[in-house]
Amino acid sequence: MNMLVTPTSPATPNGTTRPQVRIVIVGHVDHGKSTLVGRLLHETGSLPDGKLEMLKAVSARRGMPFEWSFLLDALQTERDQGITIDTTQIRFRTNSRDIVLIDAPGHAEFLRNMITGASQADGAVLIIDALEGVRDQTRRHGYLLHLLGVKQVAVVVNKMDRVDFSAGRFKDISDEISAHLNGLGVKPTAVIPISARDGDGVAERTGRIGWYKGPTVVEALDRLEPARPLEALALRLPVQAIYKFDDRRIVAGRIESGSLIAGDEIVIMPAGKIARIKTVESWPVTPVAGRQGAGRSVGITLDRELFIERGDIIAHASTAPRETRRLRARIFWLHDKPLAKGDQLLVRCGPKESRATVVAIEKAVDPGELSSSENKAIGRNHVGEIDISLSNPIATDPYTENPRTGRLVIEVSGRIAGGGLVLSVDAGQRAVPVDIVPVESALRADERSARYRHNGAVVWLTGLPASGKSTLAKALERRLFTNGGSPILLDGDTLRAGLNGDLGFSATDRSENIRRLAEVATHLARNGHIAIVAAVSPAREDRATARRIADTAFREIHVATPADVCEERDPKGHYKKARAGALASFTGIGNDYERPEAAELVIDTSTRTVAEAADEIEQMLKTSGVLFDELVDLAANI
Amino acid sequence: MDHLDQLEAQSIYIFREAFARLKKIALLWSLGKDSNVMIWLARKAFFGRVPFPALHVDTGKKFPEMYRFRDRYGKEWELDLRVEPCPPIDAVDPTLPPAARSAARKTEGLKMALAKYGFDGLIAGIRRDEEATRAKERVFSPRGLEGNWDVRDQPPEFWDHFNASPPQGAHLRIHPILHWTEADIWAYTKRENIPIIPLYLAKDGKRYRSLGDQDITNPVASTASNIDEILAELEQTKVPERAGRALDHETEDAFERLRVAGYL
Repeated sequence: MNMLVTPTSPATPNGTTRPQVRIVIVGHVDHGKSTLVGRLLHETGSLPDGKLEMLKAVSARRGMPFEWSFLLDALQTERDQGITIDTTQIRFRTNSRDIVLIDAPGHAEFLRNMITGASQADGAVLIIDALEGVRDQTRRHGYLLHLLGVKQVAVVVNKMDRVDFSAGRFKDISDEISAHLNGLGVKPTAVIPISARDGDGVAERTGRIGWYKGPTVVEALDRLEPARPLEALALRLPVQAIYKFDDRRIVAGRIESGSLIAGDEIVIMPAGKIARIKTVESWPVTPVAGRQGAGRSVGITLDRELFIERGDIIAHASTAPRETRRLRARIFWLHDKPLAKGDQLLVRCGPKESRATVVAIEKAVDPGELSSSENKAIGRNHVGEIDISLSNPIATDPYTENPRTGRLVIEVSGRIAGGGLVLSVDAGQRAVPVDIVPVESALRADERSARYRHNGAVVWLTGLPASGKSTLAKALERRLFTNGGSPILLDGDTLRAGLNGDLGFSATDRSENIRRLAEVATHLARNGHIAIVAAVSPAREDRATARRIADTAFREIHVATPADVCEERDPKGHYKKARAGALASFTGIGNDYERPEAAELVIDTSTRTVAEAADEIEQMLKTSGVLFDELVDLAANI
Repeated sequence: MDHLDQLEAQSIYIFREAFARLKKIALLWSLGKDSNVMIWLARKAFFGRVPFPALHVDTGKKFPEMYRFRDRYGKEWELDLRVEPCPPIDAVDPTLPPAARSAARKTEGLKMALAKYGFDGLIAGIRRDEEATRAKERVFSPRGLEGNWDVRDQPPEFWDHFNASPPQGAHLRIHPILHWTEADIWAYTKRENIPIIPLYLAKDGKRYRSLGDQDITNPVASTASNIDEILAELEQTKVPERAGRALDHETEDAFERLRVAGYL
């Protein structure tokens, strides 16, 4: 058999730049989908030689008038018979576009097919029978387009021949469907009166619709914008993996939107760590010069070693995505078991995955009936809006701001069970508001370290009250300063008097206290200073947070003086007060101090003098790359 | 980004997803134009190396040019090449027509290799435009315990989210060039200067458009003796790519039966 349709690529590979637009044709059954598709294939010269003649002959032999829909039906038969044809997509060309028509057949599984096929559609054609007018299914399909976020919809009012090409009838339908779509936030790009069978309005504006001044169907398709201009949006590079095949540590992923170039300062979300792109790596030639834009699968190296994981999102600091544990999404559900409040799921947002719980089902709609269901569960092939809480923070955007990162899929037992669009995110405390633009220091890190003879660092002293943290911190501060360095003391109690004056001693407030200390200390360290933090910081988790914030600059020192020695010292009288019951939430009495497990240094001040302890700290800072070697010689000469 | 850049970026994305989400994967290297492009893309994805084995399930009946190609580029591309044999023809379903039966040896060889290494993912260079049952494929395509493909129960796959959790003992087929066409393959081969087996170029008025086993693959009439001419030919031809593959044409469903059973 030789009934082949576009066996070769219509998208000429040899350097032509015709934009490709993907469209889906939807509409009520019998409103003329296949007739329009057949006509379009013919009008755009996309049919193989002899195809039309063959179909005409077949129709004549059976004594049937020729119908354009035979063409598509014949293609479907071919497909059923397993003949070479691109089954899910039919391609044709307009003057300026390569059109990929996504076939979404089948009624029972309509939603699933439409979503699998049309989730990548750039636009849609919604077809309405001029005689029958807007039907339930027309509205339903409008709703689905809205659900999928397809904004470019060309409406065609077909079978105008059956209403005598009445301008009045056309206007009524046009007004009704426009109002419906506008209500869903979808603005029709055109409403076109046609007769697909006779060809009026498809490629030509015939005399019978002389009153119509808008575009033909082919012209309307020609005006559809190809994929959204993703490059113009903010940079989003979701991390797929970190490769270390050789001495490079390459962060790999696909740029979903925006663009990047070596030298850019970037932020890694959700942690909010800052780095600079050192190189863009590639193969066989590397590194790559020039800006890399949306759609590219790239690999980058950074100017510092940060902890990065699959699923993190790399962005520019001033336009970073929001970090959240709570979001609202409009979803479609494909799983047999309905989705209900309280369900535990796995949510994937790009390469990031997180366990999630359905907090609330705000809306559950059967797109077949378009009625909200009472039981507030979302059934198979139904749609709805849900509120979900995530066990890990993720960085995401509302889909209106970024269609690529603002969508998610839901997995149940390892299989995709649904998907949807992020409507809004409940930004977490550490979200970077979009209108804040961090200002960079005028000085480079190496300029500062050349003067101070050390790199920036956070030296975190933790231990029971009265273990000697502040004493040690002050001794260290004095010594570093004497040697020409730039130490800054951040004492927990001192900061509580000011910056953290709004915080009490609940677990939440303590965590926040530590977080702020860590943020301030990290800021200082990033600017070349050695921030010496002296804070009880009893919770292991809070110290882990501090380490995450300060990252490679973090050095933890456990001042491990025995509890009885601490209580005996009691310079501030806290132990005495606590014993008398006058000091609630005091760490030391009781067992709420969680000892560090892997501190960079452990010091017991009951067996060391202050000078010996300071020596040990200095040595540790030297061997771990904070203090430069020459410093020791410098000190010896003083 | 031009059309080829887009295809390339998408394939790299798929490769990286497969490598990140599956534990033990291998790439099926049939030595043909598609799988050579695929290896090239893998090297792009992983910055010059292919960090998993390349599996050649060898029927022993390939063309000498193909074996020469394998031996040379297996080394030059620093592949972890595993050549796996196929069982003899007697071990294959006798109800299949002759060419399909011969090809089915490869399915059996594949199963043996899977059992031997315990791969949970096999990367294969099939394309949607090659043939109708391939057109229905997913990018990450789950296979049953017997390596079989249930075309009626494929998981939903959209927005480049793939189902990557095969049941215990089963595996996934990963198709990083599913979205390419035959013309794309040639245009990219030319652009990237990827080596090809000379059998694809016309000699004495004939060339191979698709390479399989010697006994069941035939050349098609052609005068295309370089890639530009092949591309020009593809713009014009109405002959399907697999016209020279005997097994596709023996009975209406021969190929579908093969694929359901686990053939590529």
